[in-house]
Amino acid sequence: MTDDLMRSPLAGVTFTAPFVRELPFLAMVNLRVGTFPHPLPGPNRVGTLDGRDVLWLGPDEWLVVGPPGDAPAIETLLHQALGDTHGSVVDVSANRTTLAVSGPHARDTLAKGCPLDLHPSVFGPGHCAQTLLARAQVVLRQVDADPTYHVLVRGSFAPYLAEWLADATREFW
Amino acid sequence: MLLIRCPWCGPRNEVEFSYGGAADVVYPPDPDALSDAEWGEYVFVRDNPRGPFAERWVHTAGCRRWFRAVRNTVTHEFREES
Repeated sequence: MTDDLMRSPLAGVTFTAPFVRELPFLAMVNLRVGTFPHPLPGPNRVGTLDGRDVLWLGPDEWLVVGPPGDAPAIETLLHQALGDTHGSVVDVSANRTTLAVSGPHARDTLAKGCPLDLHPSVFGPGHCAQTLLARAQVVLRQVDADPTYHVLVRGSFAPYLAEWLADATREFW
Repeated sequence: MLLIRCPWCGPRNEVEFSYGGAADVVYPPDPDALSDAEWGEYVFVRDNPRGPFAERWVHTAGCRRWFRAVRNTVTHEFREES
């Protein structure tokens, strides 16, 4: 459910490199909980919960990501799962937008500005991490072995990061 | 560049962290009883050892958790300690 009033922080940005694109308006719900009835992914890993992706953010913090407009359903799902257990469920969909970087040059592009070791032996599909990309705080996640990466970046940093990516990808296409 | 082991996220680059100064500085049990000199001592005066030093670090760009680490001020070697 996206209406006319929704505007991505990257609306109007043209992605010059063919292997960079924006996935706007993904639903993101932050979950902070001590004990949860369903298994949640461990450190630096992505799991699933009822068809949604669950990204590990910290020892008691996860980010549940779904398709655009899915946030109310995720909130309901998490509230029901929590029951009487103490926890926090917050719709943070507007906090970050998502950039997808994929293909044979994705790793080299991101490695230019990311302090993580992105070698497949260390960081592969199903891994995620909160880290820095070109000095902007991001949630980085590898989706598949193409490799495709999703970069979840805060709205106010998104235009800067898009420009940085345009520069970093310049040599590859 | 230092590789610092976050107790939650594992080894990460130094740029993801912020420094929090000396660890184990105990808040005075009775602050009202302190003289100005003693209060100044508590707030400002820290050891500056050559060798192992217990420090507070926060994984700013990662899980945002504070932790305690022992760093050798000569070699920058981190010793794992909670």
